[in-house]
Amino acid sequence: MAYNLKEVVAKKPSRFTSGHRMCAGCGAPPVARMILRALHDGDKAVVANSTGCMEVSTCIYPYSAWTDSYIHTAFECAGATCSGVEAAYKSLKRQGKLVENDGSQTKFISFGGDGGTYDIGLQSLSGAMERGHDMTYVCYDNGAYMNTGIQRSSATPKFADTTTSPAGTVIPGKMQSRKDLTLIMCSHHLPYVAQTLAMGNFKDLYEKAEKAIYTEGPTFLNVLAPCPRGWGYNTEDLMLINKLAADTCYWPIYEFENGKYHVSYKPAKKLPIEEFLRPQKRFKHMFKPGNEWMIKAFQDEVDKRWQELLNLEEITNR
Amino acid sequence: MSIRERLSGNEASAIAMKQINPDVVAAFPITPSTEIPQYFSTFVSNGQVDTEFIAVESEHSAMSSCIGAEAAGARAMTATSSNGLSYMWEMLYIASGSRLPIVLSLVNRAVSGPLNIHNDHSDAMGVRDAGWIMLFSENNQEAYDNLIMAHQIAENSNVMLPLMVCQDGFITSHSIENIELIEDDKVKEFVGTYKPEHYLLNPNEQIAVGPMDLQAYLFEHKYQQAEAMRNAKKVILDVADKFEKMTGRKYGFFEEYKLDDAEIAIVCMNSTAGTTKAVVDDLRAKGIKAGLLKLRVYRPFPVEEISKALSHLKAVAILDKTDSVNAAGGPLFEDVTSALYTQNVHIPAVNYVYGIGGRDTTTKDISKVFEDLQAIVADNSKIDNPYRYLGVRI
Repeated sequence: MAYNLKEVVAKKPSRFTSGHRMCAGCGAPPVARMILRALHDGDKAVVANSTGCMEVSTCIYPYSAWTDSYIHTAFECAGATCSGVEAAYKSLKRQGKLVENDGSQTKFISFGGDGGTYDIGLQSLSGAMERGHDMTYVCYDNGAYMNTGIQRSSATPKFADTTTSPAGTVIPGKMQSRKDLTLIMCSHHLPYVAQTLAMGNFKDLYEKAEKAIYTEGPTFLNVLAPCPRGWGYNTEDLMLINKLAADTCYWPIYEFENGKYHVSYKPAKKLPIEEFLRPQKRFKHMFKPGNEWMIKAFQDEVDKRWQELLNLEEITNR
Repeated sequence: MSIRERLSGNEASAIAMKQINPDVVAAFPITPSTEIPQYFSTFVSNGQVDTEFIAVESEHSAMSSCIGAEAAGARAMTATSSNGLSYMWEMLYIASGSRLPIVLSLVNRAVSGPLNIHNDHSDAMGVRDAGWIMLFSENNQEAYDNLIMAHQIAENSNVMLPLMVCQDGFITSHSIENIELIEDDKVKEFVGTYKPEHYLLNPNEQIAVGPMDLQAYLFEHKYQQAEAMRNAKKVILDVADKFEKMTGRKYGFFEEYKLDDAEIAIVCMNSTAGTTKAVVDDLRAKGIKAGLLKLRVYRPFPVEEISKALSHLKAVAILDKTDSVNAAGGPLFEDVTSALYTQNVHIPAVNYVYGIGGRDTTTKDISKVFEDLQAIVADNSKIDNPYRYLGVRI
């Protein structure tokens, strides 16, 4: 059946409710909401969340924005925590100690920010994926430690101004390139890995989420989730920023399935990177006279990575 | 009929786990506890247990997985030592704060650095305020028995706290001794099934575990946790009674060895108690009224009971197999003397830090402690320095 946003929204009540305390213009809540909507009616889910913006603002005792069972333990171990829940499920089901309602199954979904996923939680994530737990790990990547006040992470793009990589008079922002976590996860040879964002009618996000959740085994989604405070854009521009990330090929949308790469979105007209950088205050210093080299270096990096991805697609589909 | 066997402490612990048959075990190897998950993996591979074994990539993930599994509604267990426990430290607090009755077998080993793989109690003592019930074991029999009793204590609805069973690395974990095992069916009946009130996988209820818990509630939740630790005292004794009815083996908060008429005594934990018993016997043969208090239950700490048991002594030595490096005294010494003080028991007390990094503690060393105690008594209870070392080259 063809994807229809209106029908999905009308027929599938949000499992991630309103009333949470995430910022206006934050990219994470629409991601969580849409991913949970990809769960089939009647199916249950247990959500494991690493410490971060999403956790501290959605489950403040005695309230919870999660209508599914939810567990948060610490910053670096959503992967391991979720693997424990999944192992319990397997064990209890096998022993006949857990009887699910007719036709229902339980899915396991972890949410972590880039801090909890690319950095402090990378080991826990890698371990959980390698062990083959039947779970989906979702990284909502806002490109810095936003919860603690915009400190650089290994997901922060080069030159970005953060509170621990401030654009100063000598050092113009973060001097290191962004880690490519999605490719690291592909190197785990998982049955399904995808990189996406919330764009247009959310079709791509929804379909990739459904595929990830219902593919047996460990699956990984890396979803760009802009942060108005950290990136410095107007809150109403969230969807525009996402669109520009895709159209400049800063954030390629693709999937990795059965060892093959498939680029899901190839913009008809690949926009220059300035289009993505300009609306964001974290890149403001790059537009000062004399800093043209920074924009060029940024563009070169984007082009190189985009070409590498196209090469991977070509090689694996020969 | 119980089964007579010859097993090491690690084998005995693994067999206890096999008989308990937990739903999930998540563990990472570290000397000297490595054998426990090793033996257990064999039970899994041979279909002798129903357990889902998670061969995690670290101890941090071992405890995180146990938390996930226990919160999901499963009975989860793990084993570790030393730096493995240190690496779990953050998660130990989350396990107890989330009121998850996980059971951990801790084979005590010195915490780095520098690196040392041998026995002392610095690992356990580093987590003494983590909200875990802590049971210590003199030998393989006690390590086994404590594990069999663990779930009945931890899962009691008035408790709901995680529990660790400690034994001495290599000294008991790798020494083969005679042991009396309980029949499988009896253990199964004794341990029972875990029926949590709330759990993540309940098909008829959604719950949230591990929320953001701010100024308005955290204090109350922490009070409830402390209250649970107080409640654990009665439950530990009740379970010990039940256990005694099944096995004939008696357990309390501590064992009093020739203590009731003793004039001088040692307080210690784990395998050193065995060495001390031998010395006490020798001294008794010479007419010296020596005794021993071997502490089994370190958390909750039995303040009233321990003070009462020591109150008649003319002098007591408290042995710490770790150093708090605080210029004040070891943790067991501080706990015991604090108990004595608050219970208005005023007896001369000295502390000996001993056995660090697996330094052998012999009957000669223990005899020296008793000689010192006799000297204190002879010298009108005069103690120049209560914070002492046993067997170190200074």
